[in-house]
Amino acid sequence: MLRFILRRLGFMVLGVILASIIIFWATTVLPGDVATMVLGRYATDQARTQLRHELGLDKPIAVQYTHWLGNYAKGDWGNSPSTDTAVRPLVFERLRNSFRLAVIAFAMYVPLGILLGLVAALRKNTWADNVISVGSLAFIGLPEFVSGVVLITIFAIELHWLPAQSAIDPRSSYAAALPYLILPAITVALTSLAYVVRMTRSSTVDVLQMDYVRTANLKGLAPRRVLFTHVLRNSLLPTITVVAIGIGWLIGGLIVTESVYGYPGIGRLLLFAITHRDLQLIQATALLLVIIYVVANLVADILYAVLNPRIRYT
Amino acid sequence: MGTPDPYSPPSVAPRPVFEVEGLHIDYATEAGVLHAVRDVSLAVRRHESFGLVGESGSGKSTLAMGAIRYLASNGRVTDGSVRLNGVELLSLAPKELRALWGSRIGVVYQSPLSALNPSIVIGRQLAEVARQHLGMNQSAARERVAEMLTKVAMPDPEAVMKRYPHQLSGGMLQRCVIAMALMTDPSLLVMDEPTTALDVTTQAVVLDLVSELKREFDSAILYITHDLGVITKICDRVGVMYAGEFMEQAPLRELFKAPLHPYTLDLLGCVPHFDPSPQKRSLVTIPGSIPRVDELPPGCIFAPRCTFAEDACRAAPPPLEQRGEDHLSACRRWQIVPPPREHLRAATEALTTAGVAAGDRPTLVEVDDVQVHFKAAHGLLRNRQQRFIRAVDGVSLDVRSGETLGIVGESGSGKTTVARAIIGLTPATGGRISLRGRRLEPSTGRRPRSSLREIQMVFQNPDASLNPTRSVGDAIMRPLTLLSGLSRQAARDKAKALLRAVSLPESYFGRLPHELSGGEKQRVAIARAFAAEPELILCDEPISSLDVSVQGSLMNLLMRLQLEQNTSYVFISHDLSAVQHLSDVIAVVYLGRIMELGDAVRVLTPPFHPYTEALLSAVPLADPDVKQKPIRLSGSVPSAVDVPSGCRFHPRCPRFLGDLCVQHEPPWREGEGDHRISCHIPLHELSRLQAETLVLAAEKGGA
Repeated sequence: MLRFILRRLGFMVLGVILASIIIFWATTVLPGDVATMVLGRYATDQARTQLRHELGLDKPIAVQYTHWLGNYAKGDWGNSPSTDTAVRPLVFERLRNSFRLAVIAFAMYVPLGILLGLVAALRKNTWADNVISVGSLAFIGLPEFVSGVVLITIFAIELHWLPAQSAIDPRSSYAAALPYLILPAITVALTSLAYVVRMTRSSTVDVLQMDYVRTANLKGLAPRRVLFTHVLRNSLLPTITVVAIGIGWLIGGLIVTESVYGYPGIGRLLLFAITHRDLQLIQATALLLVIIYVVANLVADILYAVLNPRIRYT
Repeated sequence: MGTPDPYSPPSVAPRPVFEVEGLHIDYATEAGVLHAVRDVSLAVRRHESFGLVGESGSGKSTLAMGAIRYLASNGRVTDGSVRLNGVELLSLAPKELRALWGSRIGVVYQSPLSALNPSIVIGRQLAEVARQHLGMNQSAARERVAEMLTKVAMPDPEAVMKRYPHQLSGGMLQRCVIAMALMTDPSLLVMDEPTTALDVTTQAVVLDLVSELKREFDSAILYITHDLGVITKICDRVGVMYAGEFMEQAPLRELFKAPLHPYTLDLLGCVPHFDPSPQKRSLVTIPGSIPRVDELPPGCIFAPRCTFAEDACRAAPPPLEQRGEDHLSACRRWQIVPPPREHLRAATEALTTAGVAAGDRPTLVEVDDVQVHFKAAHGLLRNRQQRFIRAVDGVSLDVRSGETLGIVGESGSGKTTVARAIIGLTPATGGRISLRGRRLEPSTGRRPRSSLREIQMVFQNPDASLNPTRSVGDAIMRPLTLLSGLSRQAARDKAKALLRAVSLPESYFGRLPHELSGGEKQRVAIARAFAAEPELILCDEPISSLDVSVQGSLMNLLMRLQLEQNTSYVFISHDLSAVQHLSDVIAVVYLGRIMELGDAVRVLTPPFHPYTEALLSAVPLADPDVKQKPIRLSGSVPSAVDVPSGCRFHPRCPRFLGDLCVQHEPPWREGEGDHRISCHIPLHELSRLQAETLVLAAEKGGA
């Protein structure tokens, strides 16, 4: 088991390094000149050269890259030119906000998705299954900026139940922030919910047809016991993978959703950094998102291995 | 565990434990209601085992599962009565039924690996039954499980209980399932093809176990199988099902020796009998195929395929009636049904070869010390040393022109890899293969087109080897245009001729594979193999997945085509009966090596290699009078990565000598003709030891 984890950990580090190269390369080949961006169009050539030298932009790209990655690993993420503050505290403050939103969305869609998926599987080909299956298909196709706007129109503008904007104070408590978080969390959850429902349904339908479920039934176990001891253990395995991969969707969804609601999360920060060509901020944020994504997948792999005895020690 | 009275024969046994009367089972499908099982009755007594035989589609599993009221949601018992110890099962509420399932009714399934939950350890899965029905707590249940595993002769039960299903072999798993089914000493034990998924050697061990447990436990056994050989090992009474009805019910020996229904007679004739004479005979075939239950003919449902049918048979359905003491038959003309041996003479023909004596034929393919080694997976950090899976490890044999070489062995013996190396799909990593003295490249890709034409292959699963989107005609025309260079029109005509040659109507030309039955698909695969007019066809378990009657007709087809075209075959099978029926020469392989090689007659008569001897005694022969000496192999074929030292068979050898076998590779001992045995025991000694083990020495057996 330890070897398995170490191996996966190795792959993870490799993946992060690869991603960091791509991020660094992509940000340095972006059109436009950083010095011009920072100093304005009317700065002298000398001032620009000076700034490039200060930022290390006149060195070979490989040197720039190792320098950047080294500092990143040490926790020195540099200063953001566009906000003129240190990058790290800024990113982490926003990350905390996004994390809050993600946790609430997660707590909504994972249990609900599994529940709906199970109901659909157990009531296969009945009206309940049809409603759930068709409904989840509809939500898969709905982008966040549409569902977000619809939700705002109904619950904020028409019904006045919840605020339309979510520009909260980062230091506010969960309780105080909750009303602001509900609508964006629902928006994020809707898309991922559909994936969890569909995955749970199809894998549960498969497992219900397995011979060992017949064995369990013919042992004379009560249907509830068959479901909990024999079916769920196997049918939720693929769902775990989907949930982990869904974290990638979640991040993508956050960027859009946070913009729709004006929510000060990491997604909006990344968007801000890109529009302001703030390279330090883009690189730091993007790499952090990659690390989060990779770690989520690693956790899913390990969890899968723990729950599925057949792939242990591979 | 019941009364101490010894096993008593059914004739004096009391009232049956399990009774089915006039049972009807329907399935609701999109096409309408299917009457899958119609008016069937049977009774099983304590300690008795009732064999339910039939081909696929006969309704045997539906009957068994319907009787214990476990049907798919669209299945329904519409009429009849099922009583277990006098209790009517059909009127029980679901909760009452669950109290019987797993306690009074135990079930053993076809594939033990899929019947057990992959993510729960064995011990817990078995303990569940004890906790549910015996009211035991966790520790008492565990003790009970260990006790049951000991009863089914499981080595080291405590360790097995901590294992997951995928960590055990098929034979071990089936013992676990049997232990689970017998945990509560059930009144009824349903066994649904429990040995079909196992190797012959493992099957023999499990069958021994079941016969032993039958005496020890009080259960009545309902044993479902398609295998007539297995029936003879286990059952006291047999019911033959056909398209949802019983054709015949009789005590075991009577059914095999004096059947009173033509269908039973034909089924018995489809199975190859052990016959070590060089004279080959065809098998009995049943024309047509089993009717769908929604397209049943009027009158006797077997009449359209019956050789004894007359007009009156087609007019009204004959009832299943008492025709002899304890013998039921649904045939009007039961009195004229001949004994099986007579029928076999009349319905089959001797197949004569073109007058060339065996041994005079030229050698077609020479396989000389061929090896196929695969690289074994190894770790990134530890276990860096490269190890090899020695799938084929020095095999030499010849295939003579117009003859069949049979290769037998358990799964994992490397028999398929030998064939794949000959055709080049799995390139040999050592040795040489030549065709008519011309050396062949190891890999298909590097062989000239002409040699691709010369060797063709028929695979086990026709579903996987026929492209589902291409018509039958396309599949057969492909080698004609590609390898024989025929024009499309010429290829089309030839393909139609080939369809006729494999006894399929020309109208099948435009059909897609899914519109064909399993046997028909395999006929198409055979037609495709013959299309290129090859010299050699490699048949890799071509009939294993098919019904007995279909197996019989395919074997007839292969033999007829061989006579017509003088094609050579390499016939690979784990089924020794089929191999001995078809082959002129037999190679017995174990763990990548040949153990015994020679003319079929010599291989099937002593002296045997100890492995051949064990295989022969494990084959369940479809003759209740033949007594086979119980020589059993423990465990399964070891991994081809860690091949045992000395003689690679020594860890399992029933005639193991000692250090000699462990330390030294056995010599080839030359017998009569080309007969060779790789063993430390001299041939005359083997002959002496094996004199009385003859499976073939049955006084009355063998037709």
